[in-house]
This record gives sequence, C-alpha cells and structure tokens, in this order.
Amino acid sequence: MIWQLDLFLLLFVIICALAAINIKDLLSAVIILGAYSFFMCLLWAEMGAVDVAFTEATVSAGVGTVLFVAAVFKTVRRSKD
Amino acid sequence: MLEYILAKYNFWIYVVLMMIGLYAMMGKRNLVKKLIGMNIFQTSIILFFVSIGVKKGGATVPIIMGHGHGHGQHLIKVADYLNPLPHVLMLTAIVVSIATTGVALATLILIYKRYHTLEEDEILAIRKDPSSYKTLG
Repeated sequence: MIWQLDLFLLLFVIICALAAINIKDLLSAVIILGAYSFFMCLLWAEMGAVDVAFTEATVSAGVGTVLFVAAVFKTVRRSKD
Repeated sequence: MLEYILAKYNFWIYVVLMMIGLYAMMGKRNLVKKLIGMNIFQTSIILFFVSIGVKKGGATVPIIMGHGHGHGQHLIKVADYLNPLPHVLMLTAIVVSIATTGVALATLILIYKRYHTLEEDEILAIRKDPSSYKTLG
C-alpha cells in the first residue's frame, strides 16, 4: 500500500461523489457515479483486495451503471436540484 | 493531536464520504439523487471494512508462496499476508447493494408511471391534493 497513491485516489473518489450529487442532468450524474465506482475499484486493487476489485468493476461499475442509465431513459432526465 | 489525525487520514476521508451520502439522501429532493447518495453511503462503509484488513510492512495478497506440499517445513508468518476475512464479507455486501439498487430503480419507474414526476415535493403535493395531478401531468 503506497500512501501517496492512496491519498490521490481518495481525493478523486470524493471529487466524483460531490460532482455526482450536485450535477442537474441525471444522465451525467449516473455516468459520474460509474467513474466513482471505477476509482473505488482501483482503490481496492491498491489495498490488496483483488477479488473485491474484480467484483466492483463488473457488478457495481458495469451492471449498476447499465441499470441506472436504463432507468433514467425510462423516466425523466432533468432534475431540479 | 494533528499527528493523530494524520496517522488515520483514510478513516477521516471515509467519514467525509459517508456524510456526502447522508446529505444526498436527506437534503436532495430528486429520487434518483437519493439513490445515488445511498450508493455512496454503502461504498464508504465497504471501503472502511476492507481497509481494516490492510497491514503495514510489505504484506501481500493472501496466496501462500512456496512448495510445501504437505511437508509443513516452512512456517507461515501471518504478518506477511493481508487479512482476507473482510474482503470475503464485503464481496457479499457489493452483490447485495446492486440487488437493492435494482429493486429501488424498479420502484422508481413505477412511481414515475403513476405520478409523472420524480421530485419528492411534487409527489407529496399530488398525494395531498389529487386534483392538482391534471395540471402537472
């Protein structure tokens, strides 16, 4: 575990989380949430939890983003806050 | 005090992530934003649990090296390997979190079909006064 890389990835994770909850376009928010999941996956591979990183990359960043995008296309894309 | 905070910097960052998720769940009015906040909250807790298993001093992934096929001549030092128990537990938590997200998205589509909006205040206004539904929908 390299602490400089750890801090760098944690910073990107926090930036992605803040952007995902503050952006008004819901499709953009969902794509940024996928980027958040990929940074989380890198963070776990860096911590030595390789199995968790694989599961996060396939399940949460892959399937989760697809489900969110499908739900946004079935409903409404704009948001008030 | 400052050294104490800096030595455990990752735990403070997890708390910040958790508070971002909690704010999105309570402060935002759009239902998709609430769901995104729930996702962030769940991942911050999973991150906290996985980081418990990390050891300092060159510990690697828990795959036993060497060629001890039942001879048992080499002692295995526990300090050389990460603790794999939190990893396995959190693997289950990730799969459960995607299942809850799927059910929540299905509920959200049903809510949109019934009320034609995803804003919480508009849904509450329609529920309080059903005659305002025609003007919105």
